[in-house]
Amino acid sequence: MTHQIIMAGFGGQGVMSMGRILAEAGLKEGKNVSWLPSYGPEMRGGTANCSVIISDEPVGAPTVTEATAAIVMNRPSLDKFEKDVLPGGHLFINSSLIDRKATREDINVYYIPANEIADELGTGKIANMVMLGAYIKVTNAAKEETIMEYIEEIFSGKKAELIPLNKEALKRGADCIK
Amino acid sequence: MAVVFEKTKGLTDKPTHYCPGCTHGIIHRLVAESLEELGLLDKAIGVAPVGCAVFAYDYFSCDMQEAAHGRAPAVATGIKRVHPDSTVFSYQGDGDLASIGTAEIVHAAMRGEKITTIFVNNAIYGMTGGQMAPTTLVGQKATTSPLGRDADHAGMPIRISEMLATIPKAVFIERVSVHDVPNIIKAKKAIKKAFETQMKGLGFSLVEVLSTCPTNWGKTPIEALKWLKENMIPYYPVQNFRTPEEVK
Amino acid sequence: MAKELWKGNEAVAEAAIKAGCRFFFGYPITPQNEIPEYMSLRLPQVGGCFLQAESEVAAINMVYGAAGAGARVMTSSSSPGISLKQEGITYIAAAELPCVIVNMVRGGPGLGGIQPAQSDYFQATKGGGHGDYRIVVLAPDSIQEAANLVQEAFDIADQYRNPVMILGDGMIGQMMEPVEFTEVKKRQLPEKTWATTGLRGRKEHNVVNSLFIDPAVCEKHNQKLFAKYAEIEKNEIKVEEYNLEGAEIVFAAYGTVARIVKNAIKALENEGIKAGLIRPITLWPFPKANFYKAAEMPNVKAFLSVEMSMGQMVEDVEISVKGKKPVYFYGRTGGMVPTPKAIVEEAKKILGGAK
Repeated sequence: MTHQIIMAGFGGQGVMSMGRILAEAGLKEGKNVSWLPSYGPEMRGGTANCSVIISDEPVGAPTVTEATAAIVMNRPSLDKFEKDVLPGGHLFINSSLIDRKATREDINVYYIPANEIADELGTGKIANMVMLGAYIKVTNAAKEETIMEYIEEIFSGKKAELIPLNKEALKRGADCIK
Repeated sequence: MAVVFEKTKGLTDKPTHYCPGCTHGIIHRLVAESLEELGLLDKAIGVAPVGCAVFAYDYFSCDMQEAAHGRAPAVATGIKRVHPDSTVFSYQGDGDLASIGTAEIVHAAMRGEKITTIFVNNAIYGMTGGQMAPTTLVGQKATTSPLGRDADHAGMPIRISEMLATIPKAVFIERVSVHDVPNIIKAKKAIKKAFETQMKGLGFSLVEVLSTCPTNWGKTPIEALKWLKENMIPYYPVQNFRTPEEVK
Repeated sequence: MAKELWKGNEAVAEAAIKAGCRFFFGYPITPQNEIPEYMSLRLPQVGGCFLQAESEVAAINMVYGAAGAGARVMTSSSSPGISLKQEGITYIAAAELPCVIVNMVRGGPGLGGIQPAQSDYFQATKGGGHGDYRIVVLAPDSIQEAANLVQEAFDIADQYRNPVMILGDGMIGQMMEPVEFTEVKKRQLPEKTWATTGLRGRKEHNVVNSLFIDPAVCEKHNQKLFAKYAEIEKNEIKVEEYNLEGAEIVFAAYGTVARIVKNAIKALENEGIKAGLIRPITLWPFPKANFYKAAEMPNVKAFLSVEMSMGQMVEDVEISVKGKKPVYFYGRTGGMVPTPKAIVEEAKKILGGAK
């Protein structure tokens, strides 16, 4: 199985770190992984995106042009990447910030009010983890426990208080998937 | 028989290629003698320029590197960072240092690289045949300023020592001349102080040496020395700009 | 050691440190900035020295000085910055100094863009600076391979007293992949008796120089360099052959593009078309013999060079194939990356025509 994911949103929405977390979790589970960011001026305030691949086989092209899933955090990202999802693939839309529906009918679409949920949890910054929770619930690309294992590694010391928040965000995202 | 005079060990036996009356030979000797007298020959590493002194690596008996045009301060930086206990010097002319190599010399000075630069200013490109240098005086004829340097067209000659003396870590800056014996003696003192500045780890040091080019100036050696005194020194005053307390 | 996720640029920098590189001189330019940034933090921790130069020109000349002084030294940049370094690179090659130069290639010419490209192939393999000289060019296709090749690059440089270039692209620099830093087999390396260290008791002075004013001497020097290059060509070629058996079409691709081509090969296989790949890992020396051998295989109908350029390596493929089979080209440029789908289409078009 090969997961080829595009994640996209405004700079500052945590798109890059969402991809990194997923790739790290994939690596922990013994998969082949790659994480390829868009880079340059668009990172500073514009639309940012990254491609993550998680596979049982060696990763070929690190670029994702045919995505098994896309996670879009804002409207420009939906407009740009909806077409890149493979038929039968999954599209996760941050419905808090995106005012239109998907137009494709050959893919599975999930509307996640990520920012509303994140605000309820106390910080809008956690919206990316809500989306990631929904994504792994659907695809099983990585286990929630593995992601939390990595989160616990990076949030040490004073930041450790953020660990339960992340866990809750993943769960609330997963709960959006019926 | 008693030895009354001996050539410095800092120079090789190779005959130089310099033109008759050129003062590069004097300056080479001053540098080599200074290194020898300070006991630095064994750990000195010199960097030769592109220009008349391009073969300096054959004349100095210490380890030498030949740099690309203008890049000697960068090359010297690389060497000094690898061998911080060495005495590293660059020997550069005015085309090399004051034209194509301005970025390298300014930034070596800015960083306070613990190197010594011997800057030989003869107001002309010698090696390539007498073209106008950044230091060519207004009105001075050169093969690319056949009617004399026009300040409106080519700007005013650059005063490197004054400029570098504005840089905090350029801690020893002095302009000297070699047109007569008293000045040659002063020049050697300055060169020694510059090396001392380096070896005490105080920062960047530079000695600008006013020099002649009889061949390209179209003068006899004696006329050239006189011309230097009467024309260069008024524009390029011979003076110390900076000396750190520790080597005064 | 377990595999860890590393960003390409940082893995390259760490690999250099593991290889004993203790000096780095560089200048900021996207997409390679993580290399100097990483070095500025790490080198002082291991007793080394990082210096941000005033320009790429100064940086490469600091490399010249440090290499001449006997150190393991590296610089990195991206295309426009590498153009500036060419002066220093030819001097370093001429003076026979070892060093490693990293180029994370971006789209050109001119200021170009900052997205990945392979359009510096000519510059890297055909000279770059003036004069008769060669540098070894290594082109990794993954972060792991980059980490391995960087370490070996220092040994190759020291063994032959020659600059070695790591030719990556923006993707190699920016992406993250699992890396395990393994000990690369150490070579028997000659002592650097030629280095300018200060005499320190030595009788003869050492001179690092690239000036040979007498044409007869300069010619002799060049002949000596080329005898060395012949030795490198004999010993140092690295190449990956993939799926050549029964292949109707053989791709030529290097670096990240080779991985995209592998996806295309799988897609072709699903359609019943057998395709293979020759991936030069050393771009100079170029694995000419591998291409010629493939050209002699009766099953091979054509070659297709796929590059992120307007067609540069394809010329080396043509030289290698010696007209035995047709050689085609497909490329994207300016920072655009070819897709497996487009490569598949191109291959089918060629095979349709070749039948």
